[in-house]
Amino acid sequence: MSRRWSAVAWGAGGVLVLVALWEAYKFLGPADGVVLGTTRVLPRTTDLAMPHVWDMLGRLAEPVTRSPSAPPLWGAILLAALTTLGIAAAGWLVGVVVGVGLALVMQRWRLAEWGLLPWIVLSQTVPLIAFAPVVKSWGSRVEIGAFEWQDWMSVALIASYLAFFPIAVGALKGLQSPDRIHAELMQTYAAGYWATLRKLRFPAAVPYLLPALRLGAANAVVGAVVAEVSTGLQGGIGRLLIQFAGQASGDPAKAWGPIFGAVVLGLVAAGSVALLGAILKNYRRTEETA
Amino acid sequence: MTDPTTAPAVAAPAGGGAPDAVAAPPGTPAVEIRGVDKTFDTRSGLVPALDGIDLTVAEGEFVSLIGPSGCGKSTLMRLIADLDEPTSGEVRVFGKTARQARRDQDYGIAFQQAGLLPWRTVAANVALPLELHGVASASRRDRVAELLEMVGLADFADRYPDQLSGGMQQRVAIARALAERPRLLLMDEPFGALDEMTREKMQAELVRICAETGAAVVFVTHSIPEAVFLSDRVVVMSPRPGRIQQVVSMQLGADASRTEALREERAFFEMVTVVREALHGAPAGGARGVETR
Repeated sequence: MSRRWSAVAWGAGGVLVLVALWEAYKFLGPADGVVLGTTRVLPRTTDLAMPHVWDMLGRLAEPVTRSPSAPPLWGAILLAALTTLGIAAAGWLVGVVVGVGLALVMQRWRLAEWGLLPWIVLSQTVPLIAFAPVVKSWGSRVEIGAFEWQDWMSVALIASYLAFFPIAVGALKGLQSPDRIHAELMQTYAAGYWATLRKLRFPAAVPYLLPALRLGAANAVVGAVVAEVSTGLQGGIGRLLIQFAGQASGDPAKAWGPIFGAVVLGLVAAGSVALLGAILKNYRRTEETA
Repeated sequence: MTDPTTAPAVAAPAGGGAPDAVAAPPGTPAVEIRGVDKTFDTRSGLVPALDGIDLTVAEGEFVSLIGPSGCGKSTLMRLIADLDEPTSGEVRVFGKTARQARRDQDYGIAFQQAGLLPWRTVAANVALPLELHGVASASRRDRVAELLEMVGLADFADRYPDQLSGGMQQRVAIARALAERPRLLLMDEPFGALDEMTREKMQAELVRICAETGAAVVFVTHSIPEAVFLSDRVVVMSPRPGRIQQVVSMQLGADASRTEALREERAFFEMVTVVREALHGAPAGGARGVETR
């Protein structure tokens, strides 16, 4: 228990240090920032470039616009964050299915591993910004019966594109992790491929899968936010980032709201997977003698 | 055959030999190995592992394979278990091919490492083979309780392997091997990683368990006293390529009950000497000298 509290204390301490650094630099640094030659290596310390922490937090409680019916800023951000979270979750799920599927194929056939793995690695070098609009325009042409491609699906697809990679790699490593002795034991039981998968390979893969799923969740959030920006999808936090950044000259603290929202979003996504890890804690045991 | 202690390799259980050795088997033998060679195709060329192996293990018989490292004793056991295939020759288990016997689950197996699944409790580990073969959960529970009772781990059913000592883990592995009441038990140095005291205790338990189940056992070991204490016959192997050098029937006196007292007896030490001399390749004359003592 005390370990848990010390973890919380360290976490809170880290945030406080960050706040202190921010305010200290703002107080001590030159108004025009630190310039080396013609390159500015540290930002300006004006209220426009670096609002006070308390201004940024205070702004969250105020209404989005001056209109009397406007909701508070935190409410708008929360709504946008939940929208993005939903899209990212959909993308993450697709990434899990695709990633685990690829890992299964690669585990089953050596040849597939040699053939597929280089392409999977290569896929991650394609710049996201470049193909996001392409996915959107392809998507808009998809129409199968009553099913019509929605813009948010393009965003989810791009999120899954980032999410599947760590999951495929982690799942492959996990599925290949059982010791020879365990594989042979299953063989002596005349257990088939599926039984071995269910009783041995999947359980053994859990310690490898959990960090991969967490990485995939964080990637899905990043992918969703970036894809929202580059496809111009309304309603998500990516859109708010752009919109409020445009208003930063008049309302500098407001632009930081969606940034905080995106950070919290990433934490929630990674935290949900950590929760999964707590449920599956028995699969993280090793055979060593206590 | 005038010399029952040093019967040639091909011999079935020695004719008028040890009183505790099973005489003519009532049914088919548990294991029948005929003219088996095994060659491994490695990067550095063909490596002969076994050469011209003939061996028969009767039903209910305890046979140990002993020999220096690299003599192919583990390979021989793996052939019986159908984890490897012989290059030539034939392995039959209860009259069937080794493959069919594996599919029919005619044997239980225990390795040098316990090989328990770390995410399963002791009970769930023992239940694994039953689960895989579709035994109903109620009878599974009963059987697991019975087995854990047999290996003395009834109080540890809900523990995880990492909470057990090495000896306890090995006992779980033996319980797991016995789960489906196999008539043949294959054991590859199951006590090799244990300390001497635990080892002797485990040997005594194994003797008791074998008596209870009546299973035939093929037991791979490095230890001469272990082989003598446990076995009806000890198969002495020589390395490169692995051959059966000698099959020694254990003669431990008329009431050769395998209790702790046996370890102190003269007959026990004599058999240890016979096996040791066979192992060190004493000339035939030397081996013959043994009986005159």
